[in-house]
Amino acid sequence: MSITVDVEFSGGLELIMKDKVRQATVSLPATADGKPTTVRQVILYVRDNLVADKPQLFSTENTVRPGVLVMINDSDWEVEGENDYQVQDKDKVLFISTMHGG
Amino acid sequence: MSTSERIQEIKARLAKLRAEELELESELVKLEGLNQREAAHVVKKDHLAPDDIRRYSRQLLVPEIGVQGQLKMQNAKVLIVGTGGLGSPCAMYLASMGIGTLGLIDHDVVDNSNLHRQIIHTEAARDVPKVVSAHTSLSRLNSSCRVVVHDVLLDSSNALDTMRGYDVVVDATDNAATRYLINDACVMLKIPLVSGSAVRLDGQLTVYNYNGGPCYRCLFPTPPPVETLSNCSETGVLGVVPGIIGCLEAMEAVKVITGKKQEEKPNMLLYSYTSQPHFRSIKLRPRKPSCAVCGDAPSITELVDYVAFCGSGPNDAAADLHILQDPSQRISCRQYSGVVHSGQPHVLLDVREKVQFDICQLPNSLNIPLADFDKRQQELTDIVAQANGRPIYALCRRGNDSQYAVQYIRNKLDYKECYDIVRGLLGWQADVDSEFPAY
Repeated sequence: MSITVDVEFSGGLELIMKDKVRQATVSLPATADGKPTTVRQVILYVRDNLVADKPQLFSTENTVRPGVLVMINDSDWEVEGENDYQVQDKDKVLFISTMHGG
Repeated sequence: MSTSERIQEIKARLAKLRAEELELESELVKLEGLNQREAAHVVKKDHLAPDDIRRYSRQLLVPEIGVQGQLKMQNAKVLIVGTGGLGSPCAMYLASMGIGTLGLIDHDVVDNSNLHRQIIHTEAARDVPKVVSAHTSLSRLNSSCRVVVHDVLLDSSNALDTMRGYDVVVDATDNAATRYLINDACVMLKIPLVSGSAVRLDGQLTVYNYNGGPCYRCLFPTPPPVETLSNCSETGVLGVVPGIIGCLEAMEAVKVITGKKQEEKPNMLLYSYTSQPHFRSIKLRPRKPSCAVCGDAPSITELVDYVAFCGSGPNDAAADLHILQDPSQRISCRQYSGVVHSGQPHVLLDVREKVQFDICQLPNSLNIPLADFDKRQQELTDIVAQANGRPIYALCRRGNDSQYAVQYIRNKLDYKECYDIVRGLLGWQADVDSEFPAY
């Protein structure tokens, strides 16, 4: 059993991805070690497979780096349990880097 | 006098008048600063004067604003931090709409590279303090708006005193350290914070510290790593993008002042030129009870050193890195100029991104961006083979990436006749050719 998740990058994160992709559909097993797949596994998948060459610009300490917001189906992941949120098939996960310019 | 002579005469006269206007405004700003006690005494309006009714009639007709909304705007004090790309349109619209008191903070002067987006400033105001230039534009737009200028670099020693007394603060700054500083000061002073940012073709907008919603620190408790910080001078920005976000900041400030904002749940608005749809609103968490500054038991109860906290301050240009330890692997721009003049055969390898290379380049340079070195390694190998013992000089904008390029060619391609040009094209412009365009 596998699930697919739509991932999207915003606020400049798209620039550190391979081919500067803004969107991708990733396929993950529905469970890992007998437990449901969480958004942490999506983050690690993106770090290992989609980030071009500087993984630390996306992820540190097995989660997103400081300054990145994660939105699950357009809601702040804080409301959903952050890293431990169990991803569902067809979920949309949006990664937003905070910007400082103006 | 011919028509074209008269045109020239008029243009010269206007240029002189514009310069004179700025001089007078500069003196006015100083005198008004000395006169602060009188200026601070503002009588609250409880009705609109006939002139105000005529002037603001089109927005008085909007039911969500009406007379009560207009009176709230005319009695409101809004502080805009930064009169750049975001602050320009925000200040102009707030003044035009009839905000009673507008505070402006900026410690910069107007630069030529500001003008494509900082529309409150004019060509005549180049090198003039931004607050004077902004004061000039705003007094032309609406002389009844009281503009209070603060020509200071906002830091933890002056932020609370400067920001105290305002009803709304608009963050229109361009760096992480000042954003944390403004957030913490707004939490301590209990002022809603309208926050916008814009880089390249994207923008973000949020109202923090308002109506049970989060503060900036609730969302970003830890500052991002220094290498992920970017600003307009490094990554670029299309002029209208901060314009879009700055206008929306003015809109949010009006909603906070009139009270309409209370009906909304906390959200962040994202704008992107590329995504479809261009605007998206995402739901944000409420205030975090564990937040270090706005939480139930805050650990930050006074302003801290935000430059140390973020590892980078408001005026930090990209650092000059020292990656190559051996000085014999680097030559100065003047030395490289000597190489060119002596006709010594060599290869000049420009490692900037193509978009930058297209802006300007030195004659006979090859362009392979550093980021593409792995992908285009075969081309590099061919260049090394053709150089065949002759020196390869690596060049970039400020002399950082070029050092990585030298390391790559020396170590990975094992070609030792490779040297870095110190300070890159900025050095070339400063030391060799002042006509070379700087960007």
